[in-house]
Amino acid sequence: MTPDFWNDYGMPFLFMVLQIVITIGAVIFSVAYLTYAERKVQGAMQRRQGPTTVGPFGLLQPIADGIKLLSKETIIPSQANKPVFFLAPMLLFSLALVAWAVIPVSAKIVIADINVGVLYLFAISSMGVYGVIMAGWASNSRYAFLGGMRSASQMVSYEVSMGLVIVCVILATGTMNLSEIVTAERPVWLQILLLPMLVVFLVSILAETNRAPFDLPEGESELSGGFMVEYSAFAYAMFFLGEYANMILMSAMATILFLGGWLPPFEIQALAFVPGIIWFVLKVCAVLFFFLWTRATFPRYRYDQLMRLGWKIFLPLSLIWVVVIAGTLLYMGRI
Amino acid sequence: MITAIAFYFFSAVLLLSALCVITARNPVHSVLFLILAFFNAAGLFVLLGAEFIAMILVIVYVGAVAVLFLFVVMMLDISFADLRKGAMQYVPLGILIGGLMLAELVTLYMAWPAKPPVEALPMANVTNTVHLGQVLYTDYVLPFQVSGLVLLVAMIGAIVLTFRQREGVRRQKIAQQVSRKQADVISIEKIPTGKGIG
Repeated sequence: MTPDFWNDYGMPFLFMVLQIVITIGAVIFSVAYLTYAERKVQGAMQRRQGPTTVGPFGLLQPIADGIKLLSKETIIPSQANKPVFFLAPMLLFSLALVAWAVIPVSAKIVIADINVGVLYLFAISSMGVYGVIMAGWASNSRYAFLGGMRSASQMVSYEVSMGLVIVCVILATGTMNLSEIVTAERPVWLQILLLPMLVVFLVSILAETNRAPFDLPEGESELSGGFMVEYSAFAYAMFFLGEYANMILMSAMATILFLGGWLPPFEIQALAFVPGIIWFVLKVCAVLFFFLWTRATFPRYRYDQLMRLGWKIFLPLSLIWVVVIAGTLLYMGRI
Repeated sequence: MITAIAFYFFSAVLLLSALCVITARNPVHSVLFLILAFFNAAGLFVLLGAEFIAMILVIVYVGAVAVLFLFVVMMLDISFADLRKGAMQYVPLGILIGGLMLAELVTLYMAWPAKPPVEALPMANVTNTVHLGQVLYTDYVLPFQVSGLVLLVAMIGAIVLTFRQREGVRRQKIAQQVSRKQADVISIEKIPTGKGIG
């Protein structure tokens, strides 16, 4: 092995592996403590305590939960389609991880700064539906199948308006590179113009990640757990990790598209001494809090109401807003 | 070297999964292989430096078209083994059509002008997304808009064909529900004891 080969391929490869390991570690750690935060926040909103027993303030609870899940027995339904049955959770989880490759957590820290970052994110998030639909079909159970069906139509419906919201942001910033979207100049009128789209986006990501009040694919009251009813132990843990990793990913997406990424809030220069990554994490946490907040406060939607909201309200609204934003930008001479 | 390895890898997986689409016994597996094929085609586009087309391929075909496809196939309860029984009788026809298409492709390849009629565009230092947009909305604006219109017509056609107005179905009218006042629907009566509402 020549030193050239080592320098050309060996080092970059090791560096890549290191980046991947750090990203996965960070995501799994965040997922673990997101579950803790969820239980604590919901506890506080419902006048309960949440986890308190394992470790100080119950801080070791997620780890205990993880060990418990991993030590359980994996049960495979005898009628299940085995390859697809196991492919589904893997797909869901790995999709939630690969998307992090393009997320700029600060001005310098990004694994792949590609030109079509937004489209990449959108493509990855639009593939998430396969994990759910495959799980629903492969389990060979009616509950799971109904959950998968619901999820497929729900995610496809909300993707449409999400896509149009993303088009609005691309129009306003004039780029598809995520770092450039963050740093793009945004006058106040443009931010006000994008505000309705932020609302649409936040509601759409709730539906896209199957979270309350749009958690019909899981709907425990009528589907007893929906598409993942047949999963146990590690496969279930993968779904769980995937769902929460997706929540964090969508929050990061909202942060980058609308909340200014790693920049200090309201672009106050006095706050610029704080490293960008801290602002990024804080903003993501704020969006995640919104996820938990809605879960604790809103009752589940009925399925036809969900579809109506997606197709009859969000789709026309975001479509009109694309035209409004394009027209305003043209009037202001920005395009 | 990496590019070459990636190319052969993507192409091999693409061809294999395309083969599996038609040989898989389970229709759902067929669709899943089709999705894998789309995905690898996107990988090939990335290798060509056409990242915009690659992403759009994934978003449109993998994220939307194939989902609907899978949706329909999953709902079907047909045994493809039964369908396959008579498949052999169509082999001559299949070979005929396949041969015809191959012949056409070969003729097209022979007749293709040596220099492509589209000249390389002067803007070299813009990303290919910008490039594509500029070409689509200047030189090819008419074909582009016409194809958009054709798609719109197809969409409206599909809606018109499948839309059925059924009689006797009560629909939820949200505006009506929201505009309802308490006074319109509830009246509070003071009922005297022992007399009832009469």
